[in-house]
Amino acid sequence: MGQRFITIWFRHLKTDWHINRRRELASIPFVLAIQDYGRMVISATNIEAEKRGISAGMAVADARAMVPSLEVQDDSPDLAVRLLRKWAEWCIRYTPFVCIDGEDGLILDITGCAHLWDGERPYLKEIITRIRAMGYDARGAIASTIGTAWAVSRYGTITPIIEPGNELTAIAPLPPASLRLNSIIIEKLHKLGLSEVGSFMTIQRPALRRRFGTELLLRLDQASGMQQEIVIPVFLPEQYFERLPCLEPIRTRTGIEIAVQRLLEALCQRLQAEGKGLRKAILKGYRIDGEIIQACIGTNRPSHHIKHLFHLFEPEIGKLCPELGIELFILEAPIVEDAISRQEAFWNAATGSPGDVKVAELLDRITSRLGADAIHRYLPDQHHWPERSVCTASSLEEQGTITWPEDRLRPILLLSSPELIQVTAPIPDYPPMLFIYRGKVHRISKADGPERIEREWWQEQGDHRDYYRVEDEQGKRYWVFRSGHYSDDQQPDWFIHGFFA
Amino acid sequence: MSKADIIAKLRQDLLSLQGLRPASDPLNVGLGLIESAFPNDTFPTGAMHEFLSDTAEDAAATYGFIAAILAPLMQLGGACVWIRKTNKIFPPALTAFGIRPDQVIFIDQSNDRPTLWAAEEALKCPGLAAVILEIQDISLIASRRLQLAVEQSRVTGFIIRYKPRSLHTIASVAQWRIQAYASVSHNGMPGLGFPRWQIELLRVRNGKPGKWLTEYMDGRLLPVVSEAAQIIPEQNVRRKIG
Repeated sequence: MGQRFITIWFRHLKTDWHINRRRELASIPFVLAIQDYGRMVISATNIEAEKRGISAGMAVADARAMVPSLEVQDDSPDLAVRLLRKWAEWCIRYTPFVCIDGEDGLILDITGCAHLWDGERPYLKEIITRIRAMGYDARGAIASTIGTAWAVSRYGTITPIIEPGNELTAIAPLPPASLRLNSIIIEKLHKLGLSEVGSFMTIQRPALRRRFGTELLLRLDQASGMQQEIVIPVFLPEQYFERLPCLEPIRTRTGIEIAVQRLLEALCQRLQAEGKGLRKAILKGYRIDGEIIQACIGTNRPSHHIKHLFHLFEPEIGKLCPELGIELFILEAPIVEDAISRQEAFWNAATGSPGDVKVAELLDRITSRLGADAIHRYLPDQHHWPERSVCTASSLEEQGTITWPEDRLRPILLLSSPELIQVTAPIPDYPPMLFIYRGKVHRISKADGPERIEREWWQEQGDHRDYYRVEDEQGKRYWVFRSGHYSDDQQPDWFIHGFFA
Repeated sequence: MSKADIIAKLRQDLLSLQGLRPASDPLNVGLGLIESAFPNDTFPTGAMHEFLSDTAEDAAATYGFIAAILAPLMQLGGACVWIRKTNKIFPPALTAFGIRPDQVIFIDQSNDRPTLWAAEEALKCPGLAAVILEIQDISLIASRRLQLAVEQSRVTGFIIRYKPRSLHTIASVAQWRIQAYASVSHNGMPGLGFPRWQIELLRVRNGKPGKWLTEYMDGRLLPVVSEAAQIIPEQNVRRKIG
């Protein structure tokens, strides 16, 4: 079976949006205008304005002369793209492959989708009537190539559905503009009296190329299917996803739970067969009022355990508001990793390492409730500077590139930033005799050091630190340091940085 | 059967009636003399221990003591969950106590309710070696929930009550207070000696509270016998500065 495409043309996309917000604009001539070299130029018109002979590209002053009651509003340049993106999102319920086409259209790859709606005619009718019901003037056409579908949706008069193989006969009576050509070529064709595609379709190719360039040939080939046309979808379909369309809109919690359960069963079965597990899953619900609601979960190790994943979704389900009902559920797994098989996991379970299944599931529950930034696991980093000597691990299995250094004693409690202390210390490099920290005097009875730690010059500028381990008369141990050298004009500052056990 | 045997037997029965189940293979956590304070002369694993500390220095000593107990608990390869609030324990320091810092999973949470929830969930998880919970105030009811979770899963739990606003009783098998004590350098070497802690067992269920002075050396807690008599640290004498 060959590919099939729908193109949807929104004839008055931007003005329809304004009319939907202010109903009274529908019955009066109304245009959107944009500033262009000091004059206002019309960029979009509604049907009433078109009836009075106003078209896009006219100056507002000229249009006002023709229709004094013309309503003019400022156009915003990104409105069309924003609206089309929203429509593309909405169209995902019909096909996963939706592209934005220019400033007023969408291209849908519907290969293998139409039979779910009992054939192409009811499918197209459903899409177009629903778009029109929402107040947008749209036309659509189905064909085996994007070029033909585009031409028929804009200029077709007979039927919107072109059977495979009939592309050339369908576009033959249409004007040359239906081939998406630039205005220069269109003008040239009209001058030569070639007002239909059929009249030059059969002319020899070298002759066409010589007169009109390669673009005309390319567009002809794209319409006839000789040349493949590549378009980029708005949303790349995930490799691992499941859909669940509902006969009736789902509104209750129980209903959503059943849907999640079914989707997870299907997805996990596939993941298990391929020896994979998901790290992140997104549940999307398409509501009948056009909104999309979603819930997201993450796991700390790849999992295809239905019960566990369902538990992770449980608190999220309560946050979804189905309003009038959800008609389509999609479960996507954007991050999928290789999962260790069950047998190996069984042997690991005895040791209870951080990679243990039970521990991973515990952490998943904690992550889903407290957020991903609540959990930390640390690995050694290749820095001597104390603040940078550890880095957080990204997963439970991750092992450090170096082993933990054991030759240097480090305080068990490290202040997040060193705090200034006043000291009495003999020069040049003796430990202090006493220091005052937070108004309390600590007399030092024993000390070790100094341990000089240089700043990493490729990262930052500043003084080195000379660290001392000191013990006061009560046996309390501190990590203090002097920042920099003694010099004639300046006394170095002393800081406390931690507490030893 | 002699009289002493009968009394010992009755003591055992009493303990089991009070819900104290002796572990099938008691783990030696290396506490030495202190273990005699507990019933059956073993450190109770699979129970909640409570630590009090009021200053950052005390907290550091408490962390050190817990890390010393934790090392044998984690020897079997188990992971440990450390739920912390404000004080930031510095992971590389754990290597000095024989713990691989990457085996410890830290959970940072500032609010009490989610903290207690996370602690309970963690204590229910049998794959863990220990769970450490740092919290300022914990109610009796909340601590009882943790105790019940521990009785099921046999995970050892440590609650560190840092700067508690009230010293009410909570459900725990023992209440400790660990403070630093002046170290003694060995063989006349200059510098710091091995860390010494004054360990107070303020309250212990079915055991005898006590006070010890210990030294942490080569991964073991050794009692300091010679100075045990003068265990109370001398009050710091007020001197005028400047």
